[in-house]
Amino acid sequence: MRQKEAASIFHNIDWVTVLLYLVLVIIGWMNIYAAVYNEEHHVITDTTQKYGKQMIWITTSFLLAFIILIIDENFYTAFAYVIFGIFLAANIAVPYLGREVKGSRSWFRFGDFGVQPAEFMKFATNLALAKFLSNQNIKIADYKNTFITLMLIGIPLIIIKVLQDETGLAIVFTAFIFTLYREGLSVNYLLLGFLAIVLFILALLINNLYLFIIIAVLCSIAVLFVKRNRKNLFIIASVGLIACGMVKGTSTVYKHLEDHQRIRIDVLLGRGTVDLKKEGYNVNQAKIAIGSGGFLGKGYLEGTQTKYDFVPEQDTDFIFCTVGEEWGFVGSTIVIVLELLLILRIIFMAERQRSPFSRIYGYGVASVLFFHLTINVGMTIGLAPVIGIPLPFFSYGGSSLWSFTILLFIFIKLDSHRLQILR
Amino acid sequence: MNNPLSDRKFIVMGVFILVGLIYIARLFYIQVIDESYKLDAQNQAFRYRVEFPVRGYIYDRNQKLLVFNEAAYDLMVLPKNIKGIDTAEFCGMLGITKEVFSKKMKKAMQPPNSPRKESIFEKQLSPKDYAFLQERLYRFPGFFVQSRTLRKYPQKIAAHMLGYIGEADKARTEKDPYYNEGDYIGISGVEKTYEKVLRGKKGMRIMMVDVNNRDKGSYRNGIYDTLPVPGKPLTSSLDADLQAYGELLMQNKIGSVVAIEPQTGEILALITSPSYDPNLLVGRERTKNFSRLYLDSVRVPLFNRATMASYPPGSTFKLVDALIAQQEGVLSINTRYPCARGYPPLGGHPKCHPHSSPLALSDAIGHSCNSYFSFVFKSIIDNKKYDDTYEAFTAWRDYATSFSIGKKTGSDLANELGGNVPSIKYYDKVFGKGSWKASTVISLGIGQAELLVTPLQNANIVSIIANKGWYYIPHIIKAIGNDQNDSLLRRFKEKHYTMVTDTNIYNNVIQGMSDAVQSGTAAALKIDGIDFCAKTGTAENPHGKDHSVFVAFAPKNNPKIAIAVLVENAGFGAAWAGPIASLMMEKYLKGKVKRIDLEKRMVEGNLIDKAKTVPIKKKKSETKRSR
Repeated sequence: MRQKEAASIFHNIDWVTVLLYLVLVIIGWMNIYAAVYNEEHHVITDTTQKYGKQMIWITTSFLLAFIILIIDENFYTAFAYVIFGIFLAANIAVPYLGREVKGSRSWFRFGDFGVQPAEFMKFATNLALAKFLSNQNIKIADYKNTFITLMLIGIPLIIIKVLQDETGLAIVFTAFIFTLYREGLSVNYLLLGFLAIVLFILALLINNLYLFIIIAVLCSIAVLFVKRNRKNLFIIASVGLIACGMVKGTSTVYKHLEDHQRIRIDVLLGRGTVDLKKEGYNVNQAKIAIGSGGFLGKGYLEGTQTKYDFVPEQDTDFIFCTVGEEWGFVGSTIVIVLELLLILRIIFMAERQRSPFSRIYGYGVASVLFFHLTINVGMTIGLAPVIGIPLPFFSYGGSSLWSFTILLFIFIKLDSHRLQILR
Repeated sequence: MNNPLSDRKFIVMGVFILVGLIYIARLFYIQVIDESYKLDAQNQAFRYRVEFPVRGYIYDRNQKLLVFNEAAYDLMVLPKNIKGIDTAEFCGMLGITKEVFSKKMKKAMQPPNSPRKESIFEKQLSPKDYAFLQERLYRFPGFFVQSRTLRKYPQKIAAHMLGYIGEADKARTEKDPYYNEGDYIGISGVEKTYEKVLRGKKGMRIMMVDVNNRDKGSYRNGIYDTLPVPGKPLTSSLDADLQAYGELLMQNKIGSVVAIEPQTGEILALITSPSYDPNLLVGRERTKNFSRLYLDSVRVPLFNRATMASYPPGSTFKLVDALIAQQEGVLSINTRYPCARGYPPLGGHPKCHPHSSPLALSDAIGHSCNSYFSFVFKSIIDNKKYDDTYEAFTAWRDYATSFSIGKKTGSDLANELGGNVPSIKYYDKVFGKGSWKASTVISLGIGQAELLVTPLQNANIVSIIANKGWYYIPHIIKAIGNDQNDSLLRRFKEKHYTMVTDTNIYNNVIQGMSDAVQSGTAAALKIDGIDFCAKTGTAENPHGKDHSVFVAFAPKNNPKIAIAVLVENAGFGAAWAGPIASLMMEKYLKGKVKRIDLEKRMVEGNLIDKAKTVPIKKKKSETKRSR
């Protein structure tokens, strides 16, 4: 009987996902080895080096994955809020209880090793969100419920941003917008968000006065083409006013940004003069590393830009540079495709769930991974602002790898019981 | 499950895939289409380090080493890497003051140098200083030692012929991209002429550096590196012993000796006096020594008289006139002309010394009769064969220049000049068109007036007579990298013939030169057991005492050496030039000299302090060498 149970741990597991996970983790490890290669410690398992340490993170991740698969699937639904609460508390506590290292207040330290609770907030929030939205009485379109949902996402975001000052880790929580969209959030919110981003960029690039005129002209044209009833006119008028407000607000927001954030936005948009030795250095070096890889790359361990420290943080946030430099266009494309395949596979799996909880959780996993992929790769090729977040399964670091593993394997566990009763 | 919201999955997936495609397109652009990133990467991570080849050695004709290389060490600085060094200790090590240190540092930081660029801090440390420094340099990050090679001259001879090397200047690097500023390049002598052979080819090592400019080893184990190709060794035709002996004889005299092997055109000795120790123009003292030599306006030691000084050939040229006249059929061995201590038709001008009269050709050569050769020259110009003076003069000039005078010989000696054979145009300008004739330019018959030849050309004339009508272009290098048939040497394998072709004509002149030694002007200079032919000369010097000239070849049959000696302000040819030529021929043919007294007199003779020379104007090309 016990044997049968043990065997059932792997029963119905989606091996495609597990395989993609393993491939990404192993390729990531190899790239960390190349990125910080040290000739005097050339053994990949040498734990004095980051690649040796990453090996520890990988094996412990496997252990975590195994534990997650052993635990009863009902545990995650039953304790979703508890888990959320515990990690929220940890995130509130860390600035006061954790040891400050290099100005960062987001780490608990245990000897040499550190744990960043903000990383684990992702799966905890995802659990809570799934729990809340899967309640059959809940309709997201209800304003009250929309508010609670936004709170579930917003509270961790604000805590991590304000208390820990980790912009990158905080901003990830906006990724759940995809989950909310799938669960019925009005498209208007998404359009409004999209409009905000477009206007923010335009307002920084174009004289605001011209922008007001353009908005006015567009609204006038819209009026000509729709049925001129009171409702439509009201909508057009309010959208136009909101747009103008956003444009006006942009300069206010921009002024209140921190210097380095403002510079990152300037670098991305090519505003003003960018000094490649100072504020433009990171992105420029990242582009040089990737661009110099060419079609087939320079070959494994033959990279110069990453290995010799021209690219900063080449093992964590800029790990993709090593891929681009040593494996070229072919390798970079393969990595993007692999990550995308995993994400799309998760969406496919989410859609086959009978349980809304599992589906919502699955979308959360895909959303978070996609957000990380987009920002992380985007910043190295100059398509996204520099926000320090890791590339899933690739970047060096215990907390991030553990967090992604837990995030993913809870879903794999849920998915393996997809044929069971509705939760 | 048929929830309308379910369709939203397509939107979500569509957005994800779209972003993926945009990213891949962007990657294609920066990795495949845009090449600029590759260049940026190379500029950042690669350092191209030049590997200097070993410069070719130079040997004499008996494989005696004339020039080799010695390692020298430059102390280099990369200002950017200097971190927390003890300046006082560093200055103490180098034996410089703090002021000098800051001056040098300033120089290293400013254009054309820069804090990010390596530049020379202290040039050419001695091996001893180097050993001392090398052990301690690790405590001074930013400083390192780079080895270079310096030329060394074990024999201390033939300074002008070997020449010297110096650093390439900006003008040079702009003209020839092979050189970078500061590279060594041959500036004069053989070092200049054979620069391309001697220098070899620079190699290039691609080194990788990290963001802090730390050395990270060679790129891909050096598969893209090129090794330096060492310069080829040269074998000179010079006989180092003869050269050294000649320089000894010529010490404290102003003048020149050129000795040629007639059968090959190989130069055996090329002496310019005063000379200098070639080692002076090497190393740290170079600039100081160069200025000292350069500014010596009395001795002008940097001036290469053998190839650049032009003197009237004097009596030597009588031989050429005798050859031309015979070829033209206006002179035979039995032709006799009178002499009245001068040329009678012009009232005893040019003057002559007392001797019996009239003389036939052989005796006229033996006694170097001025009157005789004035008659000979007149007979050439007034030759009935020609319609007028112009036609005859043109013929004479063509004959004369076929002896390789009036233009450069085309030797491989740097900075050679061509001398002068006056032209019709010149005389028309001086005397007016049609207003001159043989008697107007009669001095040409005795090798005076506007006629100018270099000592090298003079030696070549003797060589032509010894060969009876032909010569190889005189040259100082006989093999490149042990290859005697190198394409650079091909022009020295080609026989050149003069317009005087009949060997009997030469025999007549040679007989006269032999008589000069047996019973004529050179009778005092006989060498035991060697028959040689000679001609004394005295070149008129409008600035002071006449120059002593002597040309000879030996042995009479199957000549091995042709020699031309000129000692400035030394009077008659037999007084100084003759004994020096005779001693050198003895030395070369017999290996040692028996006439110790004569040798002693020559070696100890000091004419330089008595000389009242007017500084010779240097060619522009020579004066601009100072660095």
